[in-house]
Amino acid sequence: MQGETEKSDHIVPYGTYVNVWIALMLLLAATIAVAKVEFSKYSVFANLLIASLKAGLVLFFFMHLKYEKWVLKAMLFMVIATLTAVIALFFADVMFR
Amino acid sequence: MENNAADYENSFYQEKGRYNGVLSWLMSTDHKRIGIQYLAAILTFFSIGVMLGLLVRLSLIAPGKILSQNTYNQVFSVHGILMIFLFIIPGVPVAFGNFFLPIMIGARDVAFPRLNRLTWWLYLAGAALVALSLFTSGGPPDTGWTFYAPYSIRAQANITLAVTGVFVLGFSSILTGLNFVTTIHRLRAPGMTWFKLPLFVWTLYATGWVQMLATPVLAITLVFIILGRVFGVGFFDPSRGGDPILYEHLFWTYSHPAVYIMVLPAMGIISEVIPVFARKKIFGYKAVAYSALGIASVGYFVWGHHMFTSGMSDTARIIFSFITFLVAVPSGIKIFNWVATLYKGSIMPNAPLYFALSFIFLFSIGGLTGLIIGSLAPNLHLHGTYFIVAHFHYVMFGGAGFAILTALHYWFPKMFGKMYPEKPAKVGWFILFIGFNLLYFSMFILGYRGMPRRYFDYPPEYFNLHLISTIGSWILAIGLLVILVNLLRALFRGTQAPSDPWGGKTLEWKIASPPPAENFHEIPEIK
Amino acid sequence: MSYERGAIEKSGEQRDQTGAKYGMWFFLFTEILFFGGMFILYSVFRAKYTQDFHLAAGEENLLLGSLNTAVLLTSSLSIALSISALKKENYRLSVQLQTATVLMGLIFLVIKYFEWTAKISKGIYPDSPVLLKMSAGQILFFGLYYVMTGLHGLHVLIGIVVISFMIYFTKTGNVTSGNFSKLENTGLYWHFVDIVWIYLFPLFYLIT
Repeated sequence: MQGETEKSDHIVPYGTYVNVWIALMLLLAATIAVAKVEFSKYSVFANLLIASLKAGLVLFFFMHLKYEKWVLKAMLFMVIATLTAVIALFFADVMFR
Repeated sequence: MENNAADYENSFYQEKGRYNGVLSWLMSTDHKRIGIQYLAAILTFFSIGVMLGLLVRLSLIAPGKILSQNTYNQVFSVHGILMIFLFIIPGVPVAFGNFFLPIMIGARDVAFPRLNRLTWWLYLAGAALVALSLFTSGGPPDTGWTFYAPYSIRAQANITLAVTGVFVLGFSSILTGLNFVTTIHRLRAPGMTWFKLPLFVWTLYATGWVQMLATPVLAITLVFIILGRVFGVGFFDPSRGGDPILYEHLFWTYSHPAVYIMVLPAMGIISEVIPVFARKKIFGYKAVAYSALGIASVGYFVWGHHMFTSGMSDTARIIFSFITFLVAVPSGIKIFNWVATLYKGSIMPNAPLYFALSFIFLFSIGGLTGLIIGSLAPNLHLHGTYFIVAHFHYVMFGGAGFAILTALHYWFPKMFGKMYPEKPAKVGWFILFIGFNLLYFSMFILGYRGMPRRYFDYPPEYFNLHLISTIGSWILAIGLLVILVNLLRALFRGTQAPSDPWGGKTLEWKIASPPPAENFHEIPEIK
Repeated sequence: MSYERGAIEKSGEQRDQTGAKYGMWFFLFTEILFFGGMFILYSVFRAKYTQDFHLAAGEENLLLGSLNTAVLLTSSLSIALSISALKKENYRLSVQLQTATVLMGLIFLVIKYFEWTAKISKGIYPDSPVLLKMSAGQILFFGLYYVMTGLHGLHVLIGIVVISFMIYFTKTGNVTSGNFSKLENTGLYWHFVDIVWIYLFPLFYLIT
């Protein structure tokens, strides 16, 4: 993080956004291709991985997370970790019933 | 509202804004006016809830003579729904948090004043929907406050409307939490660093996070109930492949953290009151502050202990039981630090301290019995009995309820600018304390002997304890009446309160009683 | 933490745009948990009825689903660009980009409408006789499909309404390069709705 100035009025160049969009479209094509190929077990994993990559791109560039302070990133991480832990606890019940 | 000196001589009661009469309250975005309105509302619902509770107790000493079975189910359900969703969950944050959070951090208002007003309107709308569900077709909900599926999906009663009401109340709660967290991040006065924040603010911060992260889970769960009733979506209906235990999971994923929404800010009040009346700094400030975050984060993951007998897997039961024990650690830290603060303090025995000390005593009983039912083996015996009812009344009423009474007596001079007579407050406290223990301690014994909760009738050997409990409920009601009448009288006849009657050190005691409309003439610098 | 100091005046002369942004992020955190509740049910039921879910997902129209994903991702691009345009004081371009976002949101909903009606005409909807004859896993799959895409669609609809207001605000000078937080927060919301769809798409259309 460079400096402590307010970076909320940081202007992201149009080109960055367009590049991110191209990447998103390529990932969309990739995820459809993965589904068509059918690796059975692994395709679920691969599809969710690609989805997370896409979500990451949207978060970091479209939603400016890249340019935000660490506090916000840490809080978002905490929220996602909370949801993950809740899911894990659900499965601690459902998987061992 | 330029920095006109006259504005700071008038209290916020005189500063009406654009509207007159009732609208000057309903349309106000002043956090203090919103706080006062919330306080009036929660105390009203509390009074109605108490009356319903008295009715339940009365019915239990003469089953069948006072209430019919069906009415009994409806009365205890409505008692639960009112007390939980309209009184104790909004409770401390909406009334005292709204009034004091901005003042304590040296701000003029919360971060989003209009959003704050919206939460108040949503609260009213939610309350109206719940009230409507009692009198329209189908009749009051008879599911208990937990709305367990699949019964809540099939029941004839007016569940859809009540659940919608609770959904709206949840939305109000989320927005309050969001507002407070943003306020604490953004509006602290210059020099008010995180570790100079009053402890009440720390607990509101932790509570705000729990409100934001737990309440949406309730919201979606309630949406599932509504969709189940209206469209026949059967996620919790075994005949459609659904799983009722998942309902319990989702419900308690919110409703256990909700316990901390009720109790954490209550603990914050105690952490403010104890040092003031012991004339000492709080013992272990940082430990108390961190323990609030500790309780909030660990407390989020213990919901399964409500479900030990539901048919959940053994693996999950062991994990949940273990985490439940963990949450006792930060709670214990707080208790020990309060007691250590009192040690060698020069104690002023005023009414707020009486309530605060009984909080520590009653909450400790509630917390320690929580460990008994948090361990697996005793839980199998005690689950679904009066032991549980006693436990959560000790935590909710003995904890959060007594903290609200503490706050009422501690901050009354600041909120209303009037002093109340000490003696009736203490007499009321004494009657309340006796009644409380008669009422709820009998329930521990009843539950231990096997009396199931929510039952309408029981074998004769339980009668004596039921009778003691019911007599206790009358004594408790008299105590509450003395306390409330005393405060209401003081509202009209009390003497003018000085700006700092107790020798408090936090910022609210630096300004006039009642506070001026904009709180501070100049935003204070904290050194 | 010097950046967090100082109070907002009630009169609103000094706007705390960062505070407004934090508020919006906090709201999105609550949305994560709200949709989280649905994803939890999906994952639990899927783990229980893997085979049924495979079968039922075959009913979904992959072409329309992929098309909708592309539409929504592109609308995310246009709203992001509109904020940059606003900050560069190119208000006309910003309005055009916001309008494009609204149009793409509408296209998304229209496609969704065709998908739903196609299914309903086959008799597949919650509580329908056709659906109740299917296996437990299939009943749950289509229940989840309607609930999750339905609530997501509701969020899209709300987003469309809010962006329409932003177009109006940008035109009337209520939203400007110096006062951008309304549009920025709308953008955050729209992107979040997009992210939810990014996960819904593989879960309902691809995992066959």
